[in-house]
Amino acid sequence: MTAQQAQDEIILSVRKVSKRFGGLQALCDVTFDLPRGQILGLIGPNGAGKTTLFNAINGIYPPEQGRVIFRGTDITGWQPYNVARLGMARTHQIVRPLNELTVLENVVAGACFGHEHHPLGQARVIASEVLAFVELAARHDALAGSLNVAQKKRLELARALAARPHLLLLDEVLAGLNPKEIDEMIRVVRQVREQGITILIIEHVMHALMSVSDRVIVLDYGEQIAAGTPAEVANNPRVIEAYLGDPELAERMMTSA
Amino acid sequence: MAYLEVTDLTSGYGELQILWGVSLALERGQLTALVGSNGAGKTTLLRTIMGLTRPWHGKISFEGRDVTRLAAHAKADLGLILVPEGRQLFTAMSVYENLEMGAYTRRAMNNLKSNLERVYDLFPRLKERSGQKAGTLSGGEQQMLAVARGLMAEPRILMFDELSLGLAPVLVMSLFQVLRRLKTEGLTMLLVEQNVQLALAVSDYAFVLSEGRIGIQGQAAEVRKMDQVRRVYLGI
Repeated sequence: MTAQQAQDEIILSVRKVSKRFGGLQALCDVTFDLPRGQILGLIGPNGAGKTTLFNAINGIYPPEQGRVIFRGTDITGWQPYNVARLGMARTHQIVRPLNELTVLENVVAGACFGHEHHPLGQARVIASEVLAFVELAARHDALAGSLNVAQKKRLELARALAARPHLLLLDEVLAGLNPKEIDEMIRVVRQVREQGITILIIEHVMHALMSVSDRVIVLDYGEQIAAGTPAEVANNPRVIEAYLGDPELAERMMTSA
Repeated sequence: MAYLEVTDLTSGYGELQILWGVSLALERGQLTALVGSNGAGKTTLLRTIMGLTRPWHGKISFEGRDVTRLAAHAKADLGLILVPEGRQLFTAMSVYENLEMGAYTRRAMNNLKSNLERVYDLFPRLKERSGQKAGTLSGGEQQMLAVARGLMAEPRILMFDELSLGLAPVLVMSLFQVLRRLKTEGLTMLLVEQNVQLALAVSDYAFVLSEGRIGIQGQAAEVRKMDQVRRVYLGI
């Protein structure tokens, strides 16, 4: 495969994915392609369906309709651990490290469940490398439960990276970080991409998300309302309305008695 | 001197700092909007003003009196009242009982009857349903009840956290009409609202909170025209 072909490869294809919870249409016909090596941002107001889309992609919930194609394989309805074996890793918005294990052991656990089947000894080597990469090596012996918020976020990322994924889903890795920690984490995310890992990222810290993403898709009430470069979506009237409200409704309210 | 003045306030939860030196002032009789994107710290600011979250540093003064360290119930006694996000009604109690709970301060208890008439006049629906359990009301009625319960406390400053969240446009309109009426009656209000257009349309003055700091402030009509507000929400 030439470099150009590698770049053009669609690593993840989401086709008309829909998911409903009772009366709530959580996702409606969401469709996009993610080329290998890109960082794709996923944004939308609270409750837009972003995390639900992650769950539909990595198999936590099977979508009711639509297909998810990953590395050329239709993984719709697969169990999450099988999706992980194919090279997709994710972080969670609410981090839940194995508190009673050390930082290193947590990352070893990540290395054991990726798409490369490593024996424990090799998993330790990988885990140490990843901890150095996220700059958490100094804490490798600490219990995960003793880490602060920023360190726990790095551990969450390290655990996912130790699986050596082709595609990484990041769900609010910046939440709870101070501005300096946000800058550091964004630098790490860029380095992850430089290693050739494709990234799909949900983030509420918008200036960070817009600066790191190549393209952005926007969900509102489960519907994909826009897609494009960060500048395109930030100036899209539908996106602005989703975030700031309907100016006409506001006018009507002011003019009615 | 402002009616409520917050100076260089910092606070957060555990080791997580949310507010990074917030200063804002509410003028008496004005409706002030506090907007900002998800996670900006709006609820934390309301909770800290209210005494539900402990301020780390900074000062809160009300009518010139330092109330920074007062407990929430003492602030409620002074007339600082919060209509919380998600309503937080007593769902197993009746509409009437919820309204009574709002009037638990001594000051408000004395005027229970006249205040009840006032809120029933503002929200006739609640009068019709006064015996019904709060948990069986529709979402819009529950939000009306949460506002009415706040009014029963005879607020000097009434603060709203996400008034319109999850409500159909027609209900949002009717709640905002009530806000306009309360404004003409001279009530001082602080409105946290995810619908920025509505919040700025109804308010006199606005503060835009961004990552725990006040980035923009001004007359609401001016702020509404600013492209920076879009940038606060969308990053670029």
